[in-house]
Amino acid sequence: MVAMRTGHPSAVAEQPPAVFDVGRIRKDFPLLEQQIYGKPLVYLDNAATSQKPRIVLEALRRFYETECANVHRGIHKLSEDATIEYEAARVKAQEFLGAAESREIIFVRGTTEAINLVAQSFGRKQVQAGDEILITAMEHHSNIVPWQMVCEERGARLRVAPISDEGELLLEELEKLLNPRTRLLAITHMSNVLGTVNPIAEIIRMAHSRQIPVLVDGAQSAPHLPIRVQELDCDFYAFSGHKLYGPTGIGVLYGKARWLEQMPPYQGGGDMISAVTFEKTEYNTLPYKFEAGTPHIAGGIGLGAALDYVAQVGLERAAAYEHELLDYATGKIAQIPGVRIIGTSPTKSCVLSFVMQNAHPHDVGTILDREGIAVRAGHHCAMPLMDRFGIPATIRASFAFYNTKEEVDALVSGIEKVREVFA
Amino acid sequence: MSDIRELYQELIVEHSRKPRNFGRMEGADQEATGFNPLCGDKITIYLKMEDEVVRGIRWDGAGCALNTASASLLSERAKDKTCAEMEALFEIFHKMVTGGVLNEAETAQLGKLAVFSGVKDFPVRVKCATLAWHTLRAALNGVRETVLD
Repeated sequence: MVAMRTGHPSAVAEQPPAVFDVGRIRKDFPLLEQQIYGKPLVYLDNAATSQKPRIVLEALRRFYETECANVHRGIHKLSEDATIEYEAARVKAQEFLGAAESREIIFVRGTTEAINLVAQSFGRKQVQAGDEILITAMEHHSNIVPWQMVCEERGARLRVAPISDEGELLLEELEKLLNPRTRLLAITHMSNVLGTVNPIAEIIRMAHSRQIPVLVDGAQSAPHLPIRVQELDCDFYAFSGHKLYGPTGIGVLYGKARWLEQMPPYQGGGDMISAVTFEKTEYNTLPYKFEAGTPHIAGGIGLGAALDYVAQVGLERAAAYEHELLDYATGKIAQIPGVRIIGTSPTKSCVLSFVMQNAHPHDVGTILDREGIAVRAGHHCAMPLMDRFGIPATIRASFAFYNTKEEVDALVSGIEKVREVFA
Repeated sequence: MSDIRELYQELIVEHSRKPRNFGRMEGADQEATGFNPLCGDKITIYLKMEDEVVRGIRWDGAGCALNTASASLLSERAKDKTCAEMEALFEIFHKMVTGGVLNEAETAQLGKLAVFSGVKDFPVRVKCATLAWHTLRAALNGVRETVLD
């Protein structure tokens, strides 16, 4: 991917593509300035959570200091303002995803809750004994366990599409598993361990040609890839705010209105009703039917600010920069003796997992930590995937557009230090 | 701040590379499996007992250097010790890795196991160093499985 150029190709005065000014970007993130054990922080755990730009922190502060009130119920000014801002965030999420309508945007705690919502609501309605749910071998536990729960409850069967040694989906195998009993395909857009970006549009077409709806786990893809849900034609798409430079505890479930309308509520309570008697309750319209109780108002507003920030940086430009960074890191780390990269698909983004011959990932993680380098070491909530590769854990460096080549160099030096200790 | 070498002392690195008494034991009198769900480390300890005395010990499993070295050094130490002696030693070991102050007698009892003293500066790694000990305790008490919380 290359940086987007503007203007007519034949224009003589065309400027070269602007350099991605990472130095300026970093100034937006106060946390990145700190030192860890007396060394500059090198934060490479972005697939777990990203840091927050000042604009998000300010939005949270402004809400609590000057606008704090409940939404959708107060007749007073503060409540009206809070409602306007919270609903504006919903429209920002709609625009971010390219959804047709803002009522297709359900605010949830994060990707995990979004998937559980679909599993419980869609699952209870659509899945019968003998039916199948299809997932893949590269799913996070949050896109495995909710389906296991539904399958157990409904007497359905969970099927798993296999992957190659490079960490790519075997599309032919996946296609074979799509059958008349399949009620839903739930699949990650981008692996949190391997970094593989799945050919999601093609997969959705494959499923739709058999009338099978598709849920896309976008926890890893939303921060790195431009998403247009209408073009993808996915039925559900879930992402978390906190991996996208927003606050924790807020995320989005996008669902096509025609599905959401026929799905029963997920939780009961205030806000999700239009009229209640002890005999019968009328449910509210979309999206409120799925938003019982006081929502994470500040979180929604903070997420709106994060989406503004991402739009301002430009996801396409950022993705091009991140890709360059990943290539640079892959090249450097692949050269270190005794290092094996897990996940070698040519279509990857921002995640670099590896194991070392003489050092366990947790020991590597501890040594890197003392160098000020934050990586994740472990099974990354993907134990079946670890089994697939016959390893207990990996070290995972994951990048965001505020990371630099100098930080990759620091990681490489840190790995050299590990090699010294375990030489 | 403590240096990383304080944690990964040479003896620890050496035992992690060449663990002693490693492998299954056929016909063990008692065995237990310990699991650390946080990191996925898992080990099994096999014992040959004579009354209350450990006469033979082997172990297997996979884990980080601290876990492996801890199990290896523990297996060396446990031979010909009574249940009560190992229980008392675990108390001292646990006190050391969690930053407690040891008296001279306690330090003397630890012997080689003192190489794990650096763990006290790495609180998130305490369980790595103690998984083998928890597992041994389970085996000695006839419990087949222990999960650290």
